[in-house]
Amino acid sequence: MQRDMGTTRKTSRDSLAGRMSQSFGKVANAWGGVTIQGINTLGDISLFSWRMLMWMVTSRPRSGTLMPNLYSVGVLSLPVVALTGTFIGMVLALQSYHQFKTMGLESKLGAVITMSLVRELGPVLAATMLAGRVGSAMAAVIGTMRVTEQIDALVAMGANPIHYLVVPRFLACVLLIPALTIMADFMGIVGGYFFSVIVFGIDHAQYLKNSRDFVGGFDFFTGIFKSVFFGAIIAIVSCYRGFHCQAGAEGVGRAATSAFVESFVMILAVDIVLNMFLDGVHSTFWPTSGSKLF
Amino acid sequence: MVTTVISKSSPSDVAIIETQGLSIRFGRQIVLHQITLSIPRGQTVAIIGESGCGKTMLLKSLVGLLPATEGTVRFDGCDLKSLSEAELTKLRRRFGFVFQNAALFDSMSIQQNIAFPLEQHGVPPGATAQTLIEQRLMEVGLPTSVLPKRPSQLSGGMRKRVGLARALILQPELLLYDEPTTGLDPIMSDVINELILRSQRRYSVTSIVVTHDMHSARKIADRVIMLYPFSRLLPGESQVLFDGAPEGLEECKDRRVRQFVRGEAGERLMEMLSISNVSHVDETPRLHDTIARREAE
Repeated sequence: MQRDMGTTRKTSRDSLAGRMSQSFGKVANAWGGVTIQGINTLGDISLFSWRMLMWMVTSRPRSGTLMPNLYSVGVLSLPVVALTGTFIGMVLALQSYHQFKTMGLESKLGAVITMSLVRELGPVLAATMLAGRVGSAMAAVIGTMRVTEQIDALVAMGANPIHYLVVPRFLACVLLIPALTIMADFMGIVGGYFFSVIVFGIDHAQYLKNSRDFVGGFDFFTGIFKSVFFGAIIAIVSCYRGFHCQAGAEGVGRAATSAFVESFVMILAVDIVLNMFLDGVHSTFWPTSGSKLF
Repeated sequence: MVTTVISKSSPSDVAIIETQGLSIRFGRQIVLHQITLSIPRGQTVAIIGESGCGKTMLLKSLVGLLPATEGTVRFDGCDLKSLSEAELTKLRRRFGFVFQNAALFDSMSIQQNIAFPLEQHGVPPGATAQTLIEQRLMEVGLPTSVLPKRPSQLSGGMRKRVGLARALILQPELLLYDEPTTGLDPIMSDVINELILRSQRRYSVTSIVVTHDMHSARKIADRVIMLYPFSRLLPGESQVLFDGAPEGLEECKDRRVRQFVRGEAGERLMEMLSISNVSHVDETPRLHDTIARREAE
């Protein structure tokens, strides 16, 4: 009887261990699959970028393909970037004013708003708007071309799809995102100024003096420099997603969504890396100047 | 090597395109297995076979749109695998491809669509190009008033004819058609067949036509090749079930060829049902378990 009970306990222990090792195996398998897929995608994107760069340096894009992209990325994105920039400047003023007032630092609001906008919010906001407005459209257009065999038709007629479709989009994003960032910065500063000076009654001269004193040329450079990388990310990720679009309307929709989500995540990740790099550059060349704000 | 590629030579009995042991696989899925074909200059070949047997894959691999997993494809004696991107681009000037749904560029007008191959191969826009475009458009029976229109403004038949005009613009030596009559009414299907025949006569072009349409295959082809899905072949069988003149199709000894030509389902429906029943039977207990578990919860 005792032997029977012992055997039963042993069997149930064995089956528990078996179940645990089975579920551990499943988890390991799933994670392994995700990791391998991630590495594959990263390798694929790197090769895709390399081919695009090779085409860009070896062959000039046709003006017929470049101009419509410049128009779509630059001119058509300008109003939405300007509008969101204005609102962000206003919200920043609205959120910071009361907290700064309790510390008696409301006169420094100009410096905080301008610094936040030119270093961080302007470039990230312009990039986000571009990823949403242009990136998704790029993925959807190229994805539809893939699904309807238009990309095959390009190849069959002797055109390289990377040269024909990706290079002009990449150039348009990289060349025009700095201009959009400057617009987002400018309109944000105008929005912040409006709320701080006109609505909250902060002294106009103090506001401008603080903005001028605390925000330097390097801060502007930081924002513009980062924006170029953001533009490159948007173009590469969106075009890559379009090229690897699955068949059907769902596939095109998924490509457009992934283009935005992945671009946005990569923009934020690269933002951290670039900020660390630029802080390092700043402290190397200007070791004595720390944060001038407080 | 490049000069070999560009030169238009070869006597008519020499194959313009040939495959040797051509195989295409996607992961574990085998689409084409060891296909060896030789198509002489000037011949019109119809490739028939049921959906999913790899006809379109074969067509795309012939012009290097889809790289072969194994084997070789030779165009005018030149192995496509050995060519650089630039050489392949030059070679493609000698092909014309009519896609299943025409694959016209949505963002361009009909004029720009037809002119695209010209621009791509260095013919500048101008009077000569315009004359060529209008001539090709007339040859496919379309008025010049469609030139400023967008592809979305044309009917399916008109789009296919524009696709044919675009494929003919460079006077190719080899024209490939992917299901040119699919989705068209019988009259328009026959119009397309006539246009294929006329282009063949006018330009002495070699044509390879992938089609399901037996009327079309019989009307336009000198030779018919029937492919069969690899997954349903018996061990050791070739994927090419028939290769010969269209007249021989009805007398073919292989029942599967006769069945396809006559459009008879035969035991195919039962075969499909038995496959779906097996998967249904497999799934049913699992489904019941899930329902029972949910009810218990």
